[in-house]
Amino acid sequence: MWDYTDKVKEYFFNPKNAGVMENADAVGDVGAIACGDALRLMLKVDPTTEVILDARFQTFGCGSAIASSSALTEIIIGKTIAEAMTITNQDIADFLGGLPPEKMHCSVMGYEALRAAVANYRGETWVDDHEEGALICKCFGVDEGMIERAIRANGLTSLEAVTHYTKAGGGCSSCAEELEEVLSRTNAAMVAEGVLAAGEAFDPATAVRPVRKPTPRAPVKASPLARAAEPEAAKPKLTTLQKIKQIEQAIEELRPYLRQDGGDCELVDVDGDTIFVSLTGACVGCQMSAATIGGIQQRLVEKLGMPLRVLPVQVTH
Amino acid sequence: MRPVYLDNNATTRVDPEVVAAMLPFFTEQFGNASSMHAFGSEVGGALKAARQQIQALIGAEFDHEIIFTSGGTESDNSAILSALETQPGRDEVITSAVEHPAVLTLCDYLEKRRGVTVHRIGVDSLGRLDVEAYRKALGPKTAIVSIMWANNETGNIHPVELLATLAHEAGALFHTDAVQAVGKIPVDLKTTAIDMLSLSGHKLHGPKGIGALYVRKGVRFRALVRGGHQERGRRAGTENAPAIIGLGKAAELAIQHMADEQTCVRDLRDRLEKGLLQRVSNCFVAGDPDHRLPNTANIAFEFIEGEGMLLLLNKAGIAASSGSACTSGSLEPSHVLRAMNVPYTAAHGAIRFSFSRENGPEDVERVLEAMPPIVEKLRDLSPFWQGEDQAPAQFSPTYA
Repeated sequence: MWDYTDKVKEYFFNPKNAGVMENADAVGDVGAIACGDALRLMLKVDPTTEVILDARFQTFGCGSAIASSSALTEIIIGKTIAEAMTITNQDIADFLGGLPPEKMHCSVMGYEALRAAVANYRGETWVDDHEEGALICKCFGVDEGMIERAIRANGLTSLEAVTHYTKAGGGCSSCAEELEEVLSRTNAAMVAEGVLAAGEAFDPATAVRPVRKPTPRAPVKASPLARAAEPEAAKPKLTTLQKIKQIEQAIEELRPYLRQDGGDCELVDVDGDTIFVSLTGACVGCQMSAATIGGIQQRLVEKLGMPLRVLPVQVTH
Repeated sequence: MRPVYLDNNATTRVDPEVVAAMLPFFTEQFGNASSMHAFGSEVGGALKAARQQIQALIGAEFDHEIIFTSGGTESDNSAILSALETQPGRDEVITSAVEHPAVLTLCDYLEKRRGVTVHRIGVDSLGRLDVEAYRKALGPKTAIVSIMWANNETGNIHPVELLATLAHEAGALFHTDAVQAVGKIPVDLKTTAIDMLSLSGHKLHGPKGIGALYVRKGVRFRALVRGGHQERGRRAGTENAPAIIGLGKAAELAIQHMADEQTCVRDLRDRLEKGLLQRVSNCFVAGDPDHRLPNTANIAFEFIEGEGMLLLLNKAGIAASSGSACTSGSLEPSHVLRAMNVPYTAAHGAIRFSFSRENGPEDVERVLEAMPPIVEKLRDLSPFWQGEDQAPAQFSPTYA
């Protein structure tokens, strides 16, 4: 049923570093038998360098869970604790060549077990603050919890905005009904809590669904018998100055959204049809920066009515 | 390595005799049964014969009580929606907590969007229906009861004849999803009070995409799929002639082989079960051993997870299934096992082996050989397993 990569299968059938570790320096337990997923991560740490000398795991769970746990141990052995803590669940999934969206939570479990183990090493307790809900968007692997958090954090009241912020619904759109339900429910709760005006809340009855526009047909070759068509009135061409001003304006309109998340965007240069921007702040290294660039490009194309390409660049001041 | 197919409750291999019966209806007798000409009328005759074959399999009194549909799911949807439409004073539905999603998802929708009150009757730890709770739920507002004849996961057989009689006393219609039962155990509808019954071709060595809904003569019925006048106006759409002929042939073969199901197939299942319980520790049968389909063995293995077992079985060339969370789309384990209160230590580790008349003793041997090392390998990986003589490891997660 699942489309597992060869690497996932390999790490499941022949897991590395499986088993109990005697005298572990750190132990992290996450999950529960009730959930069908549980991982115990054990580490041996060099006290002076904080290098993870060895890592072992025991997992109760499916093929992805066992493979993710094993992959995690391979990734972190030899790294310092500080280095290991920069690893994300996406890194674990990438290491395995990708995981089906329904199985991404297995990689998250690995990420959390590491945090639990490190906390244990430091004599702290690690509190899990992430709530995962049902998987709503299969194309992009977005779960209900993430959608609700995005709606609340950004005061979202439309399906379009939800897609813009989370990518959910931006693929095949089969989840549109469910997204509307989450939006309705969350907005209603926000109104009841007094953080959203009732008039602004999403109303499914009046909401406009973004529908794919028809693909323009290829122009039919005019029959030699047809009368010559009237020449079209030439559209006024934008001067470079006008173009740059419009681009700047479009980017200014987008900056507040990015700033809300701690990021920002600057126009760097324009070269014909290519626009160079620099994403800064929290946008750097953000997994959604590609979607942000895409959003900027779409906005600019709509505004200027001409094909354009937006490319991110690094700016050294 | 010869593959061993033990997932017959999911689907069965189409019998070669069924395929042979279907083929002429693609390229030779290909007419539309509703047409006036000879191409049409020769197909019409064949459809009638198929209808009678199914009538014989389920003991229906009349052949016109059989309506062809696209399968079990459509039949279930049709029956329940029709019952609500034809009895406007009644807006309650009774079903069980262990039904197939074809019924449960529809009931969830009716409850949420159509203001229907749904009663979901529970089961005990062996999966047996709570008949007392059922009696109490029946009332003057009950439009229809829909309870499956046999459960797909455990194989449990429910006392549907009794339940139907009780339903009639309350003036309610009784429908049963008999998709798993038909072809495996004898079904004789005319001696029961059952009003509607669903069956599906691909569970009895027939093709996929075809099924039937039995509607007792006299029971009012509203079509789900409307359009042309096919199936006496009860289910529109040009008949899938090849598939219907196939279903008829499969029904005929099922009658012929019915005794084998109760004997040879049952024997294989029993041997597998006994063998596994002997060779592997900390495992038990999920279901009611005294009232079960002859072909189904659902065994729960503690402290390990289902998908892992299926992947390793698949590698050994053995096909089976599981209701664990990881094999479904959600994080919840099988709703059937949860309704039975199977403890979480085992609910995610239940494997269903389902036999058919095409299996043999070598298949049992292959599983008995493969399972113990598979279980051992996964238990070695599991943080919850400490060996059969010791209590399971204490595991306190940082978050539950």
